[in-house]
Amino acid sequence: MTTFSLNGRAVSVHSPDDAPLLWVIRDELGLTGTKFGCGIGMCGACTVHVEGRATRSCITAVGAVAGAKVTTIEGLDPEGRHPLQTAWLELQVPQCGYCQSGQIMQAATLLKDYPNPTDQDINAVMAGSLCRCMTYLRIRKAIKLAAGKMREGATHD
Amino acid sequence: MIRRLAIAAVASLLLGLVGFFVVCWRPAIASIERPDPESFAAESVAKGEVLAAEAHCQSCHIRPGGQPFAGGYGVNTPFGIIYGSNITPDLKTGIGGWSLEAFTRAMREGVSRDGSHLFAAFPFNAYTELDDNDVKALYAYLMTRPAVSASVPPSTVPFPLNVRFLQGGWKLLCFRSGRYQPDPAKDAQWNRGAYLAQAVSDCGGCHTPRNALGGEKLRDAYSGAVVDNWIAPPLTAANPSPIPWTQQELFHYLRIGVDPLHGAVAATMTPVVRDSLDLPVVPDSDIRAIAVYMSDIDDAGERESNIHATTIIALRNSSLGSDQEYDPDANLYASACLSCHYNTGAIPLPARPELALNSALSLPEPTNFIQAVLRGVGNGDGARGLVMPAYASSFSDADVARLAAYLRRTRTTQPPWTDLENKVSVARRELTVAH
Repeated sequence: MTTFSLNGRAVSVHSPDDAPLLWVIRDELGLTGTKFGCGIGMCGACTVHVEGRATRSCITAVGAVAGAKVTTIEGLDPEGRHPLQTAWLELQVPQCGYCQSGQIMQAATLLKDYPNPTDQDINAVMAGSLCRCMTYLRIRKAIKLAAGKMREGATHD
Repeated sequence: MIRRLAIAAVASLLLGLVGFFVVCWRPAIASIERPDPESFAAESVAKGEVLAAEAHCQSCHIRPGGQPFAGGYGVNTPFGIIYGSNITPDLKTGIGGWSLEAFTRAMREGVSRDGSHLFAAFPFNAYTELDDNDVKALYAYLMTRPAVSASVPPSTVPFPLNVRFLQGGWKLLCFRSGRYQPDPAKDAQWNRGAYLAQAVSDCGGCHTPRNALGGEKLRDAYSGAVVDNWIAPPLTAANPSPIPWTQQELFHYLRIGVDPLHGAVAATMTPVVRDSLDLPVVPDSDIRAIAVYMSDIDDAGERESNIHATTIIALRNSSLGSDQEYDPDANLYASACLSCHYNTGAIPLPARPELALNSALSLPEPTNFIQAVLRGVGNGDGARGLVMPAYASSFSDADVARLAAYLRRTRTTQPPWTDLENKVSVARRELTVAH
């Protein structure tokens, strides 16, 4: 049994230690905002936060997050109004939308580390987050819009 | 004539055996009632708590998820797995019946209360240098912990190496008893650091190579060694980190487990820092002293002037891989690693270990790089708050080898590693080492 915190709530799960965190979050804990993409940590769709940092949940064993704080897209903001989420809406970023929770979780870490990201920063940090609809230009725009909103006042993890 | 020679040979063999017995035999020290915890001075207990943290006693004397000091961690040695013993004051399974005299003998001579020799997985070769007050303080601290009834498994060391009496012979060859001798040419802070590093924290236990018998090669002190399939890097000037380990960097690293110009702790270095050196009871002054001593050993001062230039180059190269879709190696790196390891600005972020500055890439062997990629770093390992997924299930041996070669080529000035794919395959087979 592994115990960790999910979106601020303590959870104990029965999946074996080597079960991917993604399966535990979706199948055992029923939060399906986090998506399965490639299953080998190469596309970013499954990105969640572990201790506040973007982590690919499809190749992170649940045993590796014992005692850690895990946040999924459902817990990024209590109202679903993280500046990235509002920027996403404003600019109508997604097309099919499958990768967007991973994109947003990765972008949240980017803005935490680099609140005023350059194109190079965005390209480098978001490189591992693929979008098959090719909405990269809108993703980049939304990240910059969110960065501006966050600088104006709203503080977020 | 032959008969006489045979008699002489048998006689000298017997004499030798008797001599060996006399030299190696140690008497039992009578068991006592568990001392009353109230009988120990509070200052002594408090001092013992600091020393136990600095000596990271819990790294061996606890099983995963177990009670503090109740033992059970399996130390992998070339001779077999040896389990840390229960050192809580439980009368039956711990050291509750040990007098100060018995405890002191164990610490300084590696002999159990019953007179049997302890395996050298217990670093009495370090603790023999402890001064009297520190031994007393450790005794006071341990004897005032809650008694836990817990037996530990027997070692897997095979016969005849598991015959404890023969450890006496090992000691004759590999062990010298004696207190720490301050170096009068150095100041008090340096000597404090040397004392902590040698007698208390036993840095050499991992960072000094061992001979075939498992004894430390003292002439090569701190020159690096392989421990649990990872390389404990050299702490001397031979350390290949691009940035020298100066006092400041060592202080950060030992205090919180991560330094932006080197990276984060991993593997067996984790319990040296977490819940040990990073505990608030350990004073900054002691960590500073170790840093002073170690930065002297690695001649950091000689190379200090390069820090700025080396950092700038590392940061300039940090985005390499991004926007290079035409290069399959760069692409692999960008997809799997760059989102966490990219750095920009004036200094790398502690939460983004900068690979160009990490010794995993600059060591002569790719061991640590391969281990980190295959095993990842769980929440219980490495620096607090830093988790890295394990790529063993998603990368083939060829993928890991390709990444290693790519990073060595683009992030260091060192010669290429050789035989990479085979080394990854060997490391993959060792992934299931149990503790």
